[in-house]
Amino acid sequence: MSVSTSWVKASLLEAYGEELAALGATRPELLAVEEDPDGSSFLGPFRARWPDRCLRLGGGTAARIDVAAGLALGGRTVFLHGPALALVARSYGDLRQAVGINRADVKLVATEAGLLTPRSGAPYQLLEDLGLVRGLPGMTVVVPADAPTARSAARAIAEFHGPAYLRLSSEPLPTVTDGSFRLGEARELRPGTDLTLIAIGALVARALEVAEELHRVGVEARVLDLASFKPFDEKAILRAARETGALLTLEEHSVLTGLGSLVAATTSENYPVPVRRLGVPDLFGESGEPWALLDRFGLAKERALDEAWELLKGRGKFH
Amino acid sequence: MSTPASEEEVGHLADTARAVRREIVRMAFRAGGHPTGASLAATDLLTALVFRELRLDPTRPNWPDRDRLVLSYGAASSALYAALAHRGYLPVAELESFGRSGARLPIEVDRLDLPGIEATPGAPGVGLGLAVGLALDQQLRGTEARTVVLVGDEELGDGSSWDALGIAGAQKIPGFTVVVSASHHHAGGGLPSSAERLAERCRSLGFIPRSCDGHDLRAIVATFDELRSVRDRPAAVIARTVDGRGVSFLEARHGRSDRLHARDEAGRAMAELGGALE
Repeated sequence: MSVSTSWVKASLLEAYGEELAALGATRPELLAVEEDPDGSSFLGPFRARWPDRCLRLGGGTAARIDVAAGLALGGRTVFLHGPALALVARSYGDLRQAVGINRADVKLVATEAGLLTPRSGAPYQLLEDLGLVRGLPGMTVVVPADAPTARSAARAIAEFHGPAYLRLSSEPLPTVTDGSFRLGEARELRPGTDLTLIAIGALVARALEVAEELHRVGVEARVLDLASFKPFDEKAILRAARETGALLTLEEHSVLTGLGSLVAATTSENYPVPVRRLGVPDLFGESGEPWALLDRFGLAKERALDEAWELLKGRGKFH
Repeated sequence: MSTPASEEEVGHLADTARAVRREIVRMAFRAGGHPTGASLAATDLLTALVFRELRLDPTRPNWPDRDRLVLSYGAASSALYAALAHRGYLPVAELESFGRSGARLPIEVDRLDLPGIEATPGAPGVGLGLAVGLALDQQLRGTEARTVVLVGDEELGDGSSWDALGIAGAQKIPGFTVVVSASHHHAGGGLPSSAERLAERCRSLGFIPRSCDGHDLRAIVATFDELRSVRDRPAAVIARTVDGRGVSFLEARHGRSDRLHARDEAGRAMAELGGALE
């Protein structure tokens, strides 16, 4: 039986929404810009408590990004909500100019990135968002793995002045952490010295499942959650490379420009060890049952186990 | 400043505009032949804004209740730098560094570099959206301060400009004013001029539109004076301008090849503006 059966799934969006409403009390300059045209149901608590600070602007996303950045230049902290497709892909130029170059205090809260999107297919399932936002100078990027982290991440990005990107899964995810989260720090969710699994978002739970399976056959895999994607914890990655000798990355994102390439670049420059990258191959997504899509696009637990064994064999440690 | 501008004041503004134009020509020549057309076209508008219309204080550039001037018309950056310098935001001598690596005066204005630059526009239309955001912030705070944004008419065909104007109209932001330097309004061919169409389109979005000659300082000032009392919606000023205004041979080029590479050409431009190159 998988350990995941003991985990309780919770909505990241709802947890985030509650935290944002609480932040409104201590941060009078905080504004929320809703997704148009429907509004976002998870913003209900904020809207109820701070109706004058919950804006629905109309217009297209590009204009909303520009206007949100202008509000920030006026002294506001603006939490701007929308699908990753709109916030990042459709409007990258405006994101770069209005938010990036102006160093505007805009927090982009993106839903529907990745494959776990209940209502969409290839167009909405942005799989390259992390590569795009990470390339913007001054941008902080956070990918929570569960509801408690969505909460603490909201607090963390409200605390500094400057742009940030928060990637929130639209699917409820198993609660796998205590929510302790600090920018720039990886979280070790499981100790181990044979191999390290480094994961973000929905695949952190999967990494823990893989580690549990390995444990049953006597392999101790370390598990790191890299929710703080930029800045990222280079020291923790290099420590894992030194102490465990092999790294497997897991992400619900294009394998070309996300966590895997970050980890591979970091180790090859500083402490080369075998790295295998589990992510979405060079493909657009498709509609379907969300969790089944993860398997179909190469992110199945069995596949991750195979990759782990390849690494272990390569080290000559296990046969 | 609700009283009409006196002859004397308009005369002062005209002198200042001429000084700004001389700086534009010097900057363009020193920067190795930078384009001048858009800056010379926008000079009278920017002079009226910086020296009369807006509540600014160069000794307190971050004063919270200041009016905000956003330049979305990136090609007119040298005009804004020159106007800000003569208003006291930076030493006039610093204009020499325009476009040089590491200078506070990059080709495209950058808010992180220089006091008085409220936003970094970059791509067409972005500055307009940033200005709407600044104005919306002022509206939410209930301050009397306001935001004025200068755009080029060509820019309005690009990016999310009309979307941003739509947001400003829907939010009924009082005091928000978009000033259009309409230097491409001549093409018509039996159709309504583009300036008229711009005004109509702004009206449909909830703006009060006004048109004026963008080089007649008395008309510019009167237009701004009239609009100051409009407090229930944003305003649009469609100002008919001429690229290269103030230098006869640049005006005649209608915006084409408005670069001043040659020393003798730059010298002639300076002579027309009542100055000398060095």
